[in-house]
Amino acid sequence: MDDLQCDGLTKRFGNFTAVNDVSFAVPSGSFFSILGPSGCGKTTLMRMIAGFENPSKGDIKIKGNSVLATPPNKRNVKMVFQHLALFPMMNVGENIAYGLRCRGEPKADIAHKVAAVLERIGLPGVEEKEVAQLSGGQKQRIAIARCMVLEPDVLLLDEPLGALDLKLRERMKIELKLLQHQFDTTFLYITHDQSEALVMSDNVAVMNAGRFEQIGTPQELYHSPASGFVAGFVGDTNRWKGRVVSIADGAAKVQTAAGEIVAAASGEDVAEGVEVDVFVRPEAIELGVPENGNSLRGKVDSLLFNGANSRILVRIADGELIEVNYPVMDGGGGLSAGDDVEIGWARERGRCFAAAR
Amino acid sequence: MFRSDASKLSLILLMTPFVLWIGLLIVLPQLGIGYISLREKVGPREYELGLANYIDFINEPIYWNTLLRTAWMSILVTALALLVGFPVAYYIAKIAQQRSRAALFLLCLIPLWVSDLVRAFGWIVLLRETGVVSGMLQTAGLISGPVELLYNDVTVVIGLVYTVVLFMIVPLFSTLDGMDNSLLEAGYNLGGSRVTVFRRIVVPYAMPGIVAGCIITFMLTAGSYLTPILLGGKNSSWFTEQIYDQFITRYNWESGATFGVLLLGFTSFVVWLGLRLTGQSLANTVAKE
Amino acid sequence: MNVAAPQSPFLRWVYGGYMFAFFIYLAAPLTAAGVFAFNDSLFPSLPWNGFTLDWFFNDTEPKLGMFYDRRLLRGLEVSLYVGLIVSALSVAAGTCNAFLFERKEFPFKAALHVLMIVPLVIPGVILGISILVFASIVANGVEETMSWDWDMLRPGLFLVILGQFSFLTTITSLVIAARLRKFDIALEEAALNLGATRVRVLATVTLPYLAPAMFSAFVVAFLVSFENFNTTLMLVGSDAPLTITMYDRMVKVGSTPVLNAVSVFLMLGSGLLALLSVVVQRERKQP
Repeated sequence: MDDLQCDGLTKRFGNFTAVNDVSFAVPSGSFFSILGPSGCGKTTLMRMIAGFENPSKGDIKIKGNSVLATPPNKRNVKMVFQHLALFPMMNVGENIAYGLRCRGEPKADIAHKVAAVLERIGLPGVEEKEVAQLSGGQKQRIAIARCMVLEPDVLLLDEPLGALDLKLRERMKIELKLLQHQFDTTFLYITHDQSEALVMSDNVAVMNAGRFEQIGTPQELYHSPASGFVAGFVGDTNRWKGRVVSIADGAAKVQTAAGEIVAAASGEDVAEGVEVDVFVRPEAIELGVPENGNSLRGKVDSLLFNGANSRILVRIADGELIEVNYPVMDGGGGLSAGDDVEIGWARERGRCFAAAR
Repeated sequence: MFRSDASKLSLILLMTPFVLWIGLLIVLPQLGIGYISLREKVGPREYELGLANYIDFINEPIYWNTLLRTAWMSILVTALALLVGFPVAYYIAKIAQQRSRAALFLLCLIPLWVSDLVRAFGWIVLLRETGVVSGMLQTAGLISGPVELLYNDVTVVIGLVYTVVLFMIVPLFSTLDGMDNSLLEAGYNLGGSRVTVFRRIVVPYAMPGIVAGCIITFMLTAGSYLTPILLGGKNSSWFTEQIYDQFITRYNWESGATFGVLLLGFTSFVVWLGLRLTGQSLANTVAKE
Repeated sequence: MNVAAPQSPFLRWVYGGYMFAFFIYLAAPLTAAGVFAFNDSLFPSLPWNGFTLDWFFNDTEPKLGMFYDRRLLRGLEVSLYVGLIVSALSVAAGTCNAFLFERKEFPFKAALHVLMIVPLVIPGVILGISILVFASIVANGVEETMSWDWDMLRPGLFLVILGQFSFLTTITSLVIAARLRKFDIALEEAALNLGATRVRVLATVTLPYLAPAMFSAFVVAFLVSFENFNTTLMLVGSDAPLTITMYDRMVKVGSTPVLNAVSVFLMLGSGLLALLSVVVQRERKQP
């Protein structure tokens, strides 16, 4: 059973199409993310689901029923706003009780439910506090509790971590995932931060220019991106321009400025003579020449130390810089800037997509 | 759709009080005095439309001299208020300690909340023949007998500047307060002298405040009634006094309305000219407060 | 170092002296008006004859205190009455205008916005006479066509209220609109999303947010109305507000210390109200 389903959803503002024919379904109890750069239409999409915008075309179904005719205050989708939108004129308890009061529930029930939900988010007894007295992470949880106390069919989260500092953001990622498990509610999360999407989600939709490029699990997006955009947007990657020389068994021989390399041909429009982008992740590239792999020669430009994510910047023949995995755990191999190195990677770890025109 | 109907309805509901207010209390009454000013009494309950009232105005030097005098004094008062007010606003916004800033500003505002009448009355108590200043001068032996300090133009100007200077300081303060000190630092850092920094950075930055302050000050001065009459006495020859006189004392509404139109036209012209010369708009100056 | 300040100690000293002189200038007439309310003399002038509260609380002539002076009290009453009505009306209209200009789109919006500000730059005397003239044109019209004397439109409190309302609404509109502009629309959406009706959103989220601005607009409007002279003078009938009564007294009787007493009363009253409004604003900022 799908909690939320969108069919051919389109939204136009004048001549501008913000959301273009988007269809997807979110299974019950799952964590679904929409990942895309700012301005890709993800906020508009979410506002349509919440009822703040009317779609130009298409349908939105919640638990199988179309909600297009339902005004925003009657839809059982609750939303955590980008800046949380906690009511500053009310204390924590009143904030959480707001939706229950709107429903006209009896006072005793309200107090009971508010206390219970605060217990569940690990902040028992803060009813009387003012919103401004809470820390960033606590506010976050209150904003979620304010929605969850209403037992929504779907919880929408609009980049709620954007305003937090880096450390807290890392912690909240894990906490959000745990909360979602605990409440066992469908979460629809939108973000431009690929790491948030990858860490928390069961499924991720990558959105670009109003369209969905790919829907899949984080692993699928990372390992088998369906388009050049996804390959470039999800995770770190190196990218070369080149032209396909020949194709055999799904492997394309690509002529680049730095030399000939072989990469998996992805997408139907990769054919002989086509301009392509080749993507290879830094962690796939190592020093030395692997068996039956691609290899390039270059000179170490600089070493970028960043713990487990350390990189070697290698300048190859045509002057381009390539990020290469830097095995710091093994001591780094005594490299220094200016050394000549040979780098290589397994053929199937590179992919090429027809270059965007 | 339902939602757009509701929004149309709410637009109409919100528009109604605005239209009633502006229409019935501002636009139509102004047209009303315009109409009356064009009406000439030719007999009991008999009127003709024409410019006779305006011709009367031009033919009577007392009238247009009063208008000119009001205009000239108002401009003088505006200039003085700017001169007096700018250093004060600058001091509070830029020089005073953060802590005393609010207190100083409030101190400036207190007289703002006191009626014109009380302020003018205060000046009377100070300056009249039996007043405090005259008394103190006598005790100090500087003058031999009581001296009348009221009923002259200097006193009127002092009183008017007093009445309006706060309206100059408030907008000046709010623009100067918004100016980042690093602008000044950058100015000096790039080799500017105090004079050039003041002229090229501070003044242009404060321009919206200066314009707003001048407009408000000028309007208030030209339209003031109490201060010139109480401090200037019977010979103050202030234009609003003429209007009151025509309307209430002589019950000559036609020429009173004519004077009103002239005063409004004149002040609007000066405001328009001021905005034009400085390239500001009414909305981003006066409405800022 | 404060780059804005003069660098030489001498100039700083001169500047400080200027500020001091300025505040003396500000305070002098107010002090003069205030101090002589407590002088035990029949005239508000030196010499100082000792402290008294007679000009407030004495109940016999010749030193009739302001709280026993029937006409002054009546003036005070009228001022309060006019002030409360006109402030309530102008806050209500100002709130509507704020929503109109901050939330709605309609043709000629910019021009109408200028029109909204215009009453601030029309001299009060002219606002007064124009409303007087217009009201009597209407009243005469009504009388001629329906032979019905519409007394309300002759000089009197109704016209005073209209006259003050005409420019106070601009002030309240600007104050409330400035606050509404800072309102995060997401708060309203959040409330809707939590199931509130539009009316409920307005009552529980938007209006509570605007309340401090509405309150200070009310206080400002009340103070300005209380002190207004120019517009009121043109429209007043037999029931005169305090400022007009005081002016009458000043012109007809000359200055007497009872006017100083009224001045003290007015200063204290407006000072306290202004302070109250500042405190309320600050309270709202604290949490």
